Amino acid sequence: MNLLLVSPVLLPMTTFILCLLLRQHRGLVALISALGAAGLALAGLLLVGLASQGEVLAVQMGGWQATYGISIAIDRLSAAMVAITGIIGLATVLYGLRHDEAGSLASDFHLFVQGLLAGVAGAFITADVFNLYVWFEVLLMASFALIALGGGRRRLAGALSYVILNLVATLLFLFAAAMLYGATGTLNMAGLASLAATGMLGDNAQAAIVLMLFAFAVKAALFPVFGWLPASYHVAGTAVSALFAGLLTKIGVYSLIRIVTLVWPQAGLAHEVLLWVACATMLVGVLGAAAQVEIRRILSFHIVSQVGYMILGLALASPLALAGAVFYLIHHIVVKANLFFVGGLAARLVGSERLAAMGGLYARRPWLAILFAIPALSLAGIPPLSGFWAKFILVRASLEGHAWIAAGVALLTGVFTLLSMSKIWNEAFLKPHPDGTQGLRATAGPRSAWIAVAALAGITVMIGLAAGPVMDYATAAAAQLGNPSGYIQAITAQGGH
Amino acid sequence: MEIIAAITTGMLAAIGIWLMLSGNLVRILMGVVVLGNAVNLGVVASGRLGSSQAAFTTMEGVASGMANPLPQALVLTAIVIGFALLVFALAVALRAHAEHDSLIADDITREALLPAPDLPAADAGEIRT
Repeated sequence: MNLLLVSPVLLPMTTFILCLLLRQHRGLVALISALGAAGLALAGLLLVGLASQGEVLAVQMGGWQATYGISIAIDRLSAAMVAITGIIGLATVLYGLRHDEAGSLASDFHLFVQGLLAGVAGAFITADVFNLYVWFEVLLMASFALIALGGGRRRLAGALSYVILNLVATLLFLFAAAMLYGATGTLNMAGLASLAATGMLGDNAQAAIVLMLFAFAVKAALFPVFGWLPASYHVAGTAVSALFAGLLTKIGVYSLIRIVTLVWPQAGLAHEVLLWVACATMLVGVLGAAAQVEIRRILSFHIVSQVGYMILGLALASPLALAGAVFYLIHHIVVKANLFFVGGLAARLVGSERLAAMGGLYARRPWLAILFAIPALSLAGIPPLSGFWAKFILVRASLEGHAWIAAGVALLTGVFTLLSMSKIWNEAFLKPHPDGTQGLRATAGPRSAWIAVAALAGITVMIGLAAGPVMDYATAAAAQLGNPSGYIQAITAQGGH
Repeated sequence: MEIIAAITTGMLAAIGIWLMLSGNLVRILMGVVVLGNAVNLGVVASGRLGSSQAAFTTMEGVASGMANPLPQALVLTAIVIGFALLVFALAVALRAHAEHDSLIADDITREALLPAPDLPAADAGEIRT
């Protein structure tokens, strides 16, 4: 049982070490990497099964008594995030199998993907602020290596922005954690939450938390600190940018949700600020996308705008809104990674990701067009796909919370998203290729990449059709988030030796 | 004691941020180093500096005036991690400098915003790694 709780970290770590030891055997590394990611997905699904029984699963590392040792706590949200991390990791590994043609870097790709998965999963299950910082660093280190993998002028230019801005954000997080410790004497999230519940969180601690939320906002690419994301995501390899698009900003969103719900369960000033930030993020992101003419740069700006929706759910702070945020997280990770994958396959077929140089894909590869249409329409919020329900819940929560402007912005952003998606559709799929029939290449990519894309599209459709059970789960997760006492009790009940 | 540490932290942070506002890549990286050290000092200071006894527990019990060991453990972790990240950032900067033949950050990062190059047909269109 305890082993299962730490398996989200142990599995990728073990896979990482095996990949490192077997670097020379490329085929074996790819197989181990795929198995490791599948194991993570499986462990995540098992945790979802356990967590859905309603209890927060907690364990103390090293047997130290709670609030002194490092706590691991998995509630419904954490479990769902771990499962999605495994699924996206598996899809990335499958999609990235083509790296096998690319020589010695193929093993490095799998190595760092596993390192990144360990960091991401660790961040989702930890209940200790400093431990969260360490996992941030783990995933950051792996992401640095991944974004620069292969080198070249363009990629290094993007990697440089990414590396420096993320370094600074992480330093701010570390400083905030230190100030929080100085002010409260604990870094355990349960310890902080119980201090907050009894009103013993002083001004110093509140200031430290605000600084920490700012650092998370940079990670989540919220307005006005989102600039690093559209400047860097599009330069990496397709598999890498899809992995980043699916998971990295969501760590920031998850951390924001975790800390805000634990420390300020009732709506207050922070929620008011977050509400306006969310609205600005949605609008600026979607308007930024409108100006772009390359698939991945359009999609990068859409990450920013979509993060706004999740923060909107957090800012409204009602049970329905929180459930909407959880639903949106689950839906968005799958859809976004998939769009990057499909964009990569399309670019591979026509030889460019500039929309002007693309075309003719609908006539020549109708299946790819359908596989694009599913996540694209879902992203824009067309029923009955998953994005419709996610947006519907959030807009309804905004209306119930009398946040009229937020509801309007959310709907407007949906319209603009549809506009962007139809731009990609018209340019890349519908219009004839500028070079006529010569423009299409015969290679379709390895079958594994198509399987990954089709499986993610299947998940999107499934979430849309089975919105009821997913929403039930999200509602229950939101109930746990809205009432931190269960989380606190589960951790503090952990005795030591 | 804490007040000196706090002022030093603040000044180091100011120097670091000032350096990072420069357009020169070397100065930006120096800024990250200085800011990182400011933060590390802040972490140590957050555990209070009044007591200076080593944080050892012996058979005779806990020594009085023992320094808080937790921030020391935290800062050790942070220093090691920060060092690794910094070395990687330096490596990226070095390679970027070699490829772009420039140390002006804007000149380098502008390249990422140029239109995407066509994918070479030779390697079946996948962006090479």
